[in-house]
Amino acid sequence: MGVLTNRAKTLEQKPMTFWESLYLPAIFKGMAITFGHMFRKKPTINYPEQKRPFSPVFRGLHVLNRDEEGRENCTACGLCAVACPAEAITMEAAERQKGEEHLYREEKYAAKYEINMLRCIFCGLCEEACPKDAIYLSETFAPSNFTRKGFIYSKENLLIPHPVNEKEKYEVAKGLREEQLKNK
Amino acid sequence: MIDLWFGLEKLLLIGAIISFSLVVAMYTTFAERKIAGFMQDRRGPNRAGPFGILQPLADGLKLFFKEEIIPLTSNKSLFVIGPALAMLTAMLTSAVIPWGDHIEIAGRTISLQVADVNIGILYVFGVVSLGVYGIMIGGWSSNNKFSLLAAVRGASQIISYELAMGLSLISLLLMTGSLSLKTIVEQQMQGGWGGFLGWNILYQPIGFLIFLICVFAECNRTPFDLPEAENELNFGYHQEYSSMKLGLYLFSEYVNMFISSAVVSTLFFGGYDIPFVDEIALTATMGANMVALFGFLAFFAKIAFFLFLFIWVRWTIPRFRYDQLMDLGWKKLIPLALANLLITAIVILALNK
Repeated sequence: MGVLTNRAKTLEQKPMTFWESLYLPAIFKGMAITFGHMFRKKPTINYPEQKRPFSPVFRGLHVLNRDEEGRENCTACGLCAVACPAEAITMEAAERQKGEEHLYREEKYAAKYEINMLRCIFCGLCEEACPKDAIYLSETFAPSNFTRKGFIYSKENLLIPHPVNEKEKYEVAKGLREEQLKNK
Repeated sequence: MIDLWFGLEKLLLIGAIISFSLVVAMYTTFAERKIAGFMQDRRGPNRAGPFGILQPLADGLKLFFKEEIIPLTSNKSLFVIGPALAMLTAMLTSAVIPWGDHIEIAGRTISLQVADVNIGILYVFGVVSLGVYGIMIGGWSSNNKFSLLAAVRGASQIISYELAMGLSLISLLLMTGSLSLKTIVEQQMQGGWGGFLGWNILYQPIGFLIFLICVFAECNRTPFDLPEAENELNFGYHQEYSSMKLGLYLFSEYVNMFISSAVVSTLFFGGYDIPFVDEIALTATMGANMVALFGFLAFFAKIAFFLFLFIWVRWTIPRFRYDQLMDLGWKKLIPLALANLLITAIVILALNK
């Protein structure tokens, strides 16, 4: 058979020398390698205690943002739902009533806002589409769940904690976002 | 009255040795997983307790709480006897191993050996051969093709390697002139450098190598773990076993490893001899009990080294093919052992003249 490419190499199968046929030198060599590996630095991260730092552009679970007085930013314009390539976002708009000014920043708000985390591909297009800085992708995962229904996140799951009433939780949820925005 | 005390001593000693072997075997399973982890750049089990030291307890408990399944088509009585036999034969060998010199309590001299049988090595061989029955009965009675194949493989492997093992030991016995393990240890202790120069490994390196290889084969450890080749025979002879019966099989492998390490240390590495230390002079200054303790520690260090070697080899060397296994056993080790025997005999004859 002719040679198809000039990369082909002919394999030389020499009979083993006596030293090789003893196998023991090769065995000792192998054992030295495994022994050396015992003292290598382990690349493992002890997960619950140690966490791998996410990259600044990591796109995790969605957060619905509030302004510094605690009013929801979202005006239910629907741009995120349109931008979403996986069609994971649905919402229902409602008009702000009198006396609700401390809850919603503008006259229109999302009465219902749902993201199906099983459909979501975490591309971040909703974040880019949003004109009100109302939705962004945080640094956490969607935790596991037993039912499909459990992965449909409603407003209660998505809203960021109140910055005045629950300050500490708010800081945690906000994460490093502010710094990142400054660095941009 | 004296007989009663004697019996009590022996009972206590047996209890101590058996529980000690079990604890060591338990922690060998832990060491196995830990060292395997380290050799593969992992951390190994580290969740149960500090550094994972409670892991073997967790494993044992898990096995106890598992459902006990006896296959309908199995031979039920034999199915139950199999793991018990494997465990029994694994433990029996510990009776003739001298675990230390002697201790003195309340004016009585207690030997740290359950039975100083004058045919100790023959006893070891007899019991080790019985170990085949555990595998064979387990594999056959579960009425499963894979189990049976594995059991047949295991039986043929153990029988083939026993021959080379025996031959390699005969050359050792030519030198010692005794079958008693206690006598063999005492002879080694009389060498120079506090006994170190008396160790049989220095006079029988080839015999040691053959013996060690055969011990690996007898314990069904990699590279000779054909009876439980996971990727060829699913799980080998204990495939149909569940719960603590499976646990006993897995555990007997580790007890076997421990006892085999003890036998190798006794025969070739001076047993409870502390190297570079003159035990007789030490007994005069420290008393027999302390010397026995240190002797036991030295013995245990040797055993621990061999246990490590078992694990080390397992995570380095791939499994033999069946024909390679038989080739090595019959065509290489047996002629080598015979040649070693011949050379030893000639040297002994020449030196005596």
